[in-house]
Amino acid sequence: MNYTLPSKLKLFAIILMVLGAVGIGAGFLSAPGSTAEVKEMMAAHGDDHTTSSKESHDSHTDAAHGASHSAADQEKHLEHTLHQLQNRPWSALYVACFFFFMIALGALAFYAVNFAAQAGWSPVLFRVMEAVTAYLVPGGIIMFVLLGLSGFHINHIFVWADPEVVAHDALIKGKSGWLNGTWMLIRAAIFLGGWITYRHFAVKFSRAGDLAKANDYSNFKKTFRISAGFLVFFLYTESMMSWDWIMSFDPHWFSTLFGWYVLAGMMVCAITTIALITIFLKSQGYLEIVNDSHIHDLAKFMFGFSIFWTYLWFSQFMLIWYANIPEEVTYFMTRIEDFNLPFFGMLAMNFLFPLLLLMNSDYKRVNWFVVLTGIVILVGHYIDIFVMVMPGTVGKSWFIGIPEIGSVLFFLGLFILVVFTALTKAPLLLKNNPFMKESKNYHY
Amino acid sequence: MIGQDKLLNLKTTSMASKVIHAIYNDDDILMHAVKQTRAAHYHIDEVYTPFPVHGLDKVMGLEPTRIAITAFMYGIVGFCVAIAMMNFIMIEDWPQDIGGKPSFSYIENMPAFVPIMFELTVFFAAHLMVITFYMRSKLWPFKKAENPDVRTTDDHFLMAVDASHHDIDKMSKFLQDTGAVEISIVESDDDH
Repeated sequence: MNYTLPSKLKLFAIILMVLGAVGIGAGFLSAPGSTAEVKEMMAAHGDDHTTSSKESHDSHTDAAHGASHSAADQEKHLEHTLHQLQNRPWSALYVACFFFFMIALGALAFYAVNFAAQAGWSPVLFRVMEAVTAYLVPGGIIMFVLLGLSGFHINHIFVWADPEVVAHDALIKGKSGWLNGTWMLIRAAIFLGGWITYRHFAVKFSRAGDLAKANDYSNFKKTFRISAGFLVFFLYTESMMSWDWIMSFDPHWFSTLFGWYVLAGMMVCAITTIALITIFLKSQGYLEIVNDSHIHDLAKFMFGFSIFWTYLWFSQFMLIWYANIPEEVTYFMTRIEDFNLPFFGMLAMNFLFPLLLLMNSDYKRVNWFVVLTGIVILVGHYIDIFVMVMPGTVGKSWFIGIPEIGSVLFFLGLFILVVFTALTKAPLLLKNNPFMKESKNYHY
Repeated sequence: MIGQDKLLNLKTTSMASKVIHAIYNDDDILMHAVKQTRAAHYHIDEVYTPFPVHGLDKVMGLEPTRIAITAFMYGIVGFCVAIAMMNFIMIEDWPQDIGGKPSFSYIENMPAFVPIMFELTVFFAAHLMVITFYMRSKLWPFKKAENPDVRTTDDHFLMAVDASHHDIDKMSKFLQDTGAVEISIVESDDDH
């Protein structure tokens, strides 16, 4: 059965994009242009408790240094805050852009895993997965543009892209062979090119299978082969992508399991999105062949990858906490001191919530339970990306306000528009997959 | 075999405890037979299989297992034991300064104890769950096997159907039609 895009959904997506664009625009317009404006803003928000706590914190450290507020210090501090506030709309855009892009990328990897493993339960969901990966192309292009703007220092969110900073920083200088705008963009082009090429051929073979003779599995075999190859490429490139696009926000710091950590979050979000879209389509009367057992399996993956994500989060945290090496612990010090609520809040949302709600086998088959948990997981992982990026760009001047919410709305609207338009392009059930019968009859 | 039992049946007037053992040699046929037998309102006492047959419990109408609930509770017990144990060992009884982290406060040293909490949660859940399973299955060392036919440990499947209040001939015919390769009538003194 073919899916037709309801005009209401299309309108909803466009409204989200317009609202989001207004929010993004407002974010850029309200960013201060000079230190004088920062001073004004700080004075206007003097009663605001976040500012006052920040102030008290600052004066505390200054007191510890035994120095009073000299005019030069004051100006330096204002300039620092100015840069943070100027980074804020860019960072908000970047975080939201990456978040939705990683959903599409995770769905692509999950799709490839299902083919390479010759999974029997999932073929009824392949068209949904293909539709989610459709966002890879527009999302990837926007991501590439943002990376270009950041890598060539049009904005200031990558510290390592600022030649002034690099000149005075031995650590970044040592890494500049890898971390420089040109080479980073070439890598990004290779990564995106490889992923999009795999997607192009996988979808092409999937569509060709619809037109082929009955029981002609040649297209399945082709996808099987390229999926195995893609997974090898993906695991290397995903790891490097996470260093380039996320970890380099803190260029002094590094973690060897960072790629895995980003991958785990990516997979949770992708599978959650696949589950949410499947449940939505079912509620609209489509995908009638998809039963409770398929939802159950998706929920099991949501549960499993949430635990896996927590395992990696803790592995990264505990080793650094235990070893207590100054250049390593700064990463967590900043997050615990300046981002306490989002840092521990997202841990509760991404671990405790799915752990307790999805542990019971029966609950994994209850649609509204999966939807509820799914929404919390997605918000939690947005905050996870937020906490990975923001300390390196806006520092203490963070807030989840108009620029952040606007960016999320914009990319959410674009995501819905692209994914649901892609759903209309082919029948919701593919043909000539040798595991289709098994998947249709699947029961737990 | 069937003939002999039939004669025997004619002579017996008491409707004590009588069970028909129907033997199958394929799990798909067995599953189908179980469905048909239940649809015909015969009571299945037990099914013996050489390996776990997926979905058999549902087809037989067995209640869902509650072992998951016990596992959850055992896990919580293990979790609490780990917390209490590490608190006693590392904080109360013998505090040490490990890696510049003097262990005078539980909460400040908690991250180091998380792996132990995890391990003991799993340990308690797994071991106590197995013991619970053995007790519920009435299995213990030196227990004599209740298996009615040794072939069910190899490649045959046995369905024991209660025949006490039914026409044995009709029932045998019915079971034969479900694909049983062998049917025998067993009189047991103890009623299940």
